[in-house]
Amino acid sequence: MSVQDRTSGAAGRAPVAGLPAPRFEGVRKTPAPPEGELIDEPRFPVAAKRELELPVQRGNLHHAMTTIRTKRARVTAELGHWEELRLAGEAIKNRTLRHLDSYLLQLEENLTAAGAVVHWARDAAEANRIVVDLVREALADEDVTYDGTGEAGAEVVKVKSMVTQEIGLNEALEEAGIAAWETDLAEIIVQLGHDRPSHFLVPAIHRNRAEVREIFLDEMGNYGKPAPPDLDSEPRNLAGAARLHLREKFLRAKVGVSGANFAVAESGTLVIVESEGNGRMCLTLPQTLITVTGIEKVLPTFDDLEVFLQLLPRSSTAERMNPYTSLWTGPRAGDGPEKMHVVLLDNGRTRVLSDPQGRSALRCIRCSACLNVCPVYEKVGGHAYGSVYPGPIGSILTPQLRGTSSAVDKSLPFASSLCGACFDVCPVRIPIPDLLVYMRHQVVAAKKAEAKNTRRPFLTHGEPAAMTAAAWMMSDAKRWIAATKGAGIGGKLLGRADHLGPLPWPASLWTNARDVPVPPKESFRSWWQREREGNQR
Amino acid sequence: MTTASTRNDQARAEIMARIRSSLSDVPDTPPEQDTPVAWTYHAATRPDLDHAGVIDLFVERVEDYRATVVRCRTAEVPDRIAAALREHGARSVVVPAGLDGGWVAALGEFEVRRDEPRLSRAQLNETDAVVTASAVSAAESGTIVLDHRQDQGRRALSLVPDLHVCVVRSDQVVTDVPEAVARLAPSVRDEHLPLTWISGGSATSDIELSRVEGVHGPRTLVVVLTQD
Repeated sequence: MSVQDRTSGAAGRAPVAGLPAPRFEGVRKTPAPPEGELIDEPRFPVAAKRELELPVQRGNLHHAMTTIRTKRARVTAELGHWEELRLAGEAIKNRTLRHLDSYLLQLEENLTAAGAVVHWARDAAEANRIVVDLVREALADEDVTYDGTGEAGAEVVKVKSMVTQEIGLNEALEEAGIAAWETDLAEIIVQLGHDRPSHFLVPAIHRNRAEVREIFLDEMGNYGKPAPPDLDSEPRNLAGAARLHLREKFLRAKVGVSGANFAVAESGTLVIVESEGNGRMCLTLPQTLITVTGIEKVLPTFDDLEVFLQLLPRSSTAERMNPYTSLWTGPRAGDGPEKMHVVLLDNGRTRVLSDPQGRSALRCIRCSACLNVCPVYEKVGGHAYGSVYPGPIGSILTPQLRGTSSAVDKSLPFASSLCGACFDVCPVRIPIPDLLVYMRHQVVAAKKAEAKNTRRPFLTHGEPAAMTAAAWMMSDAKRWIAATKGAGIGGKLLGRADHLGPLPWPASLWTNARDVPVPPKESFRSWWQREREGNQR
Repeated sequence: MTTASTRNDQARAEIMARIRSSLSDVPDTPPEQDTPVAWTYHAATRPDLDHAGVIDLFVERVEDYRATVVRCRTAEVPDRIAAALREHGARSVVVPAGLDGGWVAALGEFEVRRDEPRLSRAQLNETDAVVTASAVSAAESGTIVLDHRQDQGRRALSLVPDLHVCVVRSDQVVTDVPEAVARLAPSVRDEHLPLTWISGGSATSDIELSRVEGVHGPRTLVVVLTQD
């Protein structure tokens, strides 16, 4: 069975071989991502249905999420002071956000003093333009000592980074004729597979080993060193193939591009937390390093790292410590890149900051613990969210950053059962369930405003209509008694069934994605009347 | 046409203005007063352990990452380094300029490459192993930190070769991350040295969350731990 067969019927599982060629193929330098479908459309309930039909993905997710949840619980429980650490993480991030202007200026000053060049970007387009210009300049730079091997063309090597995905940097570079190579194993699986990431930490978790093998065999040779022809599907050998394929790119790269996990204001130090060593390669070997970071990544002091370097690995990979963490403070003579640039990005962050209630979402350190415990994420996977940031945090942060005008952004705050597990594991204690409810209010308010503008009666929207009806019924005892008696009759008619499947409209608005318990044969109110009030003992 | 620098000034001014207007609800008090942080920095954890206990914990945690720990006396270090290189079949080894001369002297059977003048990436890639000292280690998390002084070399040295033999002195081992951060602060604040935190060999769990030791960094890590 080919990858195509296994994934056919799934919108957006772009071809490895055989399917129509994606746009730009042939003139492109890097594999084309799939068009549409996995990002920005359709809205969550539609995308979730599509994703639920992928048995390989469901199996992979169930196994992976169960494993990582169990491990996380173990490594956090063995630290006696985990809750104190979470409180400290929350407080340090709050302090930073509430005084972001002064910490950013301090960061800029210390980065500059350490020899890095600081750039400011209001939005994605501006950040992309800055990076494209810097890469062009760096590729033409004759001033730096090049000790690489091979033909370093117009290309950059990249450390896995959420923020560069957020701004669509790879495609901006591609359009400028520059190849952006992902170097994290999962990201290269995604990139070579014409796919989209589905998780912060393990972006190819929706793929199994057989699929990875086929992607490597089919695609590696088109973009560099081919996979060994006898490659089997052992993860160790697949990782070995990626090592050889990427080594060639690391040895010749002139420019590295990274995000940052933390940026220390006090010293101008940048931090990258990783596992494979691809990050170290990108941060160390090229002559020029360009780091793009959201303005919320700043930490006040170097000492604050002691809190976050305990919180992040345990919450993320569920390890006591990730294999490699790199810290650098400007260029150092004779060691690593000679030129360093830092792009400080807003792109909606000040919009989130301006809402005192929603501000806490900016504490996020992108660990992915909330994805791993989320019962919704585990079933539907990351692609269902249609957002670079999936899962519980993505369901609030994406509409916060972008506003609630698109169908996807309107649907995201509802992509949750509000079970609360995400708050319990969040290392910086973001009240995700509260913010989901808060964002639902925002969406409803926006819909109300739209209805007013379009003169379409607000009540014709399904859910508000149902809620209004429920409020009318529950606000009056007589109406409520009548309604619950009616439900009791329904319960008697249904006999032994314990839940209801899909119901006709308008109840379908609720039951399309949920089971409804069968109403009890008798309401509590009438039981009480029979057993107590009517029969005083 | 606006120049890049004018555009940058405009972007900076606008972002700062947006931040300040977003934070109009925040009182104008110093950050430490406005948002207290209830955390005691630099504290030693594990009061239940004496230093020997901390060392044992460090060994257990490093081995848990499937790295090898060799415990020995300081005088035995040169032999243990050579034994580790031999055991893993290394023929060539790169040594940082400031590595202990006694250690280097014991490497006669290997092709020793000094990083003076600087080796190219391709030369490093064709070198089997690297030997370095280290700066600080944290027991609880099983982490070794290099601050890349002369006895540890530039970052690429301990990255590109496939075998890393790293010497840790027991007096460099502290309980956990907070104490390690405290010891490392001067390297960063005052000297702007880069740091590399190493916890086991490189690893990935990207395929079906199945752990594979060894991707891009050294696939084998041998820690030579001295105790006298």
